[in-house]
Amino acid sequence: MIRRAARRTGLFCLALFLVACAWEFYKVIGPEDGGSVFGIRMIPKASNRAMPHTWDILQRLGEPENRAGGDPIWVAVAGYAWYTFRLSLVGLVLGIGVGTGLAVLMTRFRFAERGLLPWIIMSQTVPLIALAPQVVSWSGRIDIFGWEWPRWASVCVLAAFLAFFPVAVGTLRGLKSAPAASLELMDSYAASWTRTLFKLRFPAAVPHIVPSLKLAATLSVVGVIVAEISTGIRGGIGRAVLSYQQASTGDPTKVYAAVLGAAALGLLLFGLVVLIDVLLMRNRPQENPA
Amino acid sequence: MTAVVIKDVSKVFNVGKPNYVDALVDIDLTIEPGEFVSLIGPSGCGKSTLLRLIANLIEPTVGSVLVNGKPAAQARLDQDYGMAFQHAGLFDWRSVEKNVELPLELKGWDKARRRARAQEMLELVKLPEFARHMPWQLSGGMQQRVAIARALASHPPLLLMDEPFGALDEMTREHMQSELLQICASTETTVVFVTHSIPEAAYLSDRVVVMSPRPGQITEIIDVDLGSGRNEDTREADAFYDSITAIREALRGIGHAEIRGGMDDR
Amino acid sequence: MNLRRVLNVGLPPAAFGVVFVVAWEAVVQGFDLKPYFLPAPSAIWNALIDNAELVRNASFASGANALVGLLAGTLLGITASFLLMRFNILNELVSPLAIALNAVPIIVLVAVFQNMFASTSEIPRRLMVMLIVFFIVLVNVAKGLRQVHPTHLELMRSYAASPVAILTKTRIPNALPYLFTALKIAAPTAVITAFVSEYFGGRQNGLGYFIPSNFANSKNAVAWAYVIGACLLGLTFYLVSVILESIIKQRRGAAPGGETT
Repeated sequence: MIRRAARRTGLFCLALFLVACAWEFYKVIGPEDGGSVFGIRMIPKASNRAMPHTWDILQRLGEPENRAGGDPIWVAVAGYAWYTFRLSLVGLVLGIGVGTGLAVLMTRFRFAERGLLPWIIMSQTVPLIALAPQVVSWSGRIDIFGWEWPRWASVCVLAAFLAFFPVAVGTLRGLKSAPAASLELMDSYAASWTRTLFKLRFPAAVPHIVPSLKLAATLSVVGVIVAEISTGIRGGIGRAVLSYQQASTGDPTKVYAAVLGAAALGLLLFGLVVLIDVLLMRNRPQENPA
Repeated sequence: MTAVVIKDVSKVFNVGKPNYVDALVDIDLTIEPGEFVSLIGPSGCGKSTLLRLIANLIEPTVGSVLVNGKPAAQARLDQDYGMAFQHAGLFDWRSVEKNVELPLELKGWDKARRRARAQEMLELVKLPEFARHMPWQLSGGMQQRVAIARALASHPPLLLMDEPFGALDEMTREHMQSELLQICASTETTVVFVTHSIPEAAYLSDRVVVMSPRPGQITEIIDVDLGSGRNEDTREADAFYDSITAIREALRGIGHAEIRGGMDDR
Repeated sequence: MNLRRVLNVGLPPAAFGVVFVVAWEAVVQGFDLKPYFLPAPSAIWNALIDNAELVRNASFASGANALVGLLAGTLLGITASFLLMRFNILNELVSPLAIALNAVPIIVLVAVFQNMFASTSEIPRRLMVMLIVFFIVLVNVAKGLRQVHPTHLELMRSYAASPVAILTKTRIPNALPYLFTALKIAAPTAVITAFVSEYFGGRQNGLGYFIPSNFANSKNAVAWAYVIGACLLGLTFYLVSVILESIIKQRRGAAPGGETT
């Protein structure tokens, strides 16, 4: 088990190294100012401004964020990433709550399933993340028992909107996957629907919920980042990526620091979910990896 | 007080619709406490339906079912019976002893009492050392034994079984039959057992109810005179073979009627 | 497609939809909500009619990016999955990378791509869509090529079939449903990716530009009209992939429940 994990990590590092080599190789053979194929400019530029050397990118991490000096940029980026991470976590939890609630509702009432499921599926085919500015405009204007709606709460709602879908679909499938014989067994015990839900349906649903959580985590992070950008909220990694990108003419390696920060926070949330997955599935028969 | 009384029961599925099915018609059956009764017949004869009527998992269209002197619905609410199915149906995520504790949890027993009873039941089915194991670590026969332990956990007076040994190989099956008899003898449980194996019905039962399909009804009830204290030698006894023959004839009577009926249709 | 079946399937969602829209209108009118807070469905409808031409153009711009990226990503994904199946070492290298990339918000790479191309180029956005579609298609098609029923493989080996024959007669037919599953996910995702890519700078011609800018100018009803345009675009992509799937399914004569022996 450990050997397999070590081998996987080793190959992953090798893959990263090969990507870096490919990057540098392209810099050697690629056109400085980009090129065309059949008249369409689709060959990327290979200049140091467009594609900085990998070592320059790594070196930039240790340098300060602005000309003014101060802490290395990776500290600043870590701060932004942490801000976004917390919002993603809240969004994920909210999405799990809503998704699970909807799944239970649809399991209980067939009409709810037939009526809501098509809308839920459709909600994912359209970029409703576009409504981020609308949701954020409610901040400062909604009052829930004296608690004023802050801007970051809108971002969490938007992240939850992206995250709830895989949880709802996966949980619904899982809740309905309880074997008929087991449902009959619970019937023979004259168990109520709620008790059957908690003692049979939910445990039976876990293998279906677990993969959906990973997807929900990724979507939550994307949701927060995109919401940050489209609403102009400061302090998160999304804003950092955008502003560093705009500074690219003078400081081409800066944006990569933010990109790495975003990757790190995504991996962190994903890792958290994987941990929960392992905990939830610890007593289950092991599936053979495909 | 009789264990099960089924009176004038009929069951029709999809009443009033074009695809209605006469699953059971005019069923009368009385089962005494401590009896072991098998239901046997070709597929479609309604034996599983009849079992589910006793279990109050479905309601009769006509007639009444009394279990332990009460209407079947009340008996289910009072958990007067335990049930075992063809596939053990243990919960993957619970250990063996937690599976056995399930009905006791639903009855609201406290932890210590549950644990003690589960241990007692596992000893009854000779699996006490597997209490902390997970179901998928056990063989099919062992899982079925745990299912029986679960079915008897609350010491119900009645045990309903729907082809519980159907998925096991022949040798395990014979072994389980002996085990089941020992367990039921020591707990004095009434058993209603659905099967489509003639030797199994003969070996286990005091009486064998032979059923026929279309519509489902009782054709014949055969007394099996092998006495108590049955064991492996019983399988060689003349009385055993006689019972098997009697059951087979009763079933053949149905079979011939089917073939004859089919040919008349042509 | 008889009427009864259509009603059965369509009525519950239609009911929920109508109730929702009516409730929305009622809340806006009843609480007299200002348009910048939440525009009424009626106001949105009017804005849509007034700006129909603009919404259409913006949808086409974003849609073109989505389509190019979708096609390129699908082709590359299929090719890659064949290569990965054929050369196991590639599989071992790419798989952990794919899992890791699955966990990170690669949408931020659009910012990196912007630097590599001219500032008015559509390529960064198309590249982003292509990348995301590529991984979706790769994961699914690779699974379909690999997870052939062992009995089928044993059968082909008993016929001493060549690897190419095994490929064409078992693996590819097995993988086809997986391709369409991937497309049903990838098509609407392509639209969303194309749209979100526009947030990271570049030409200001698509939905991803007009929606935030209209919201920023407090022209909420107009912004919502563009959102409707985006919804229709995403739905169109999804429906086309569903229709493609059912056409191929019919030609294959698949069992109604999609069962395989």
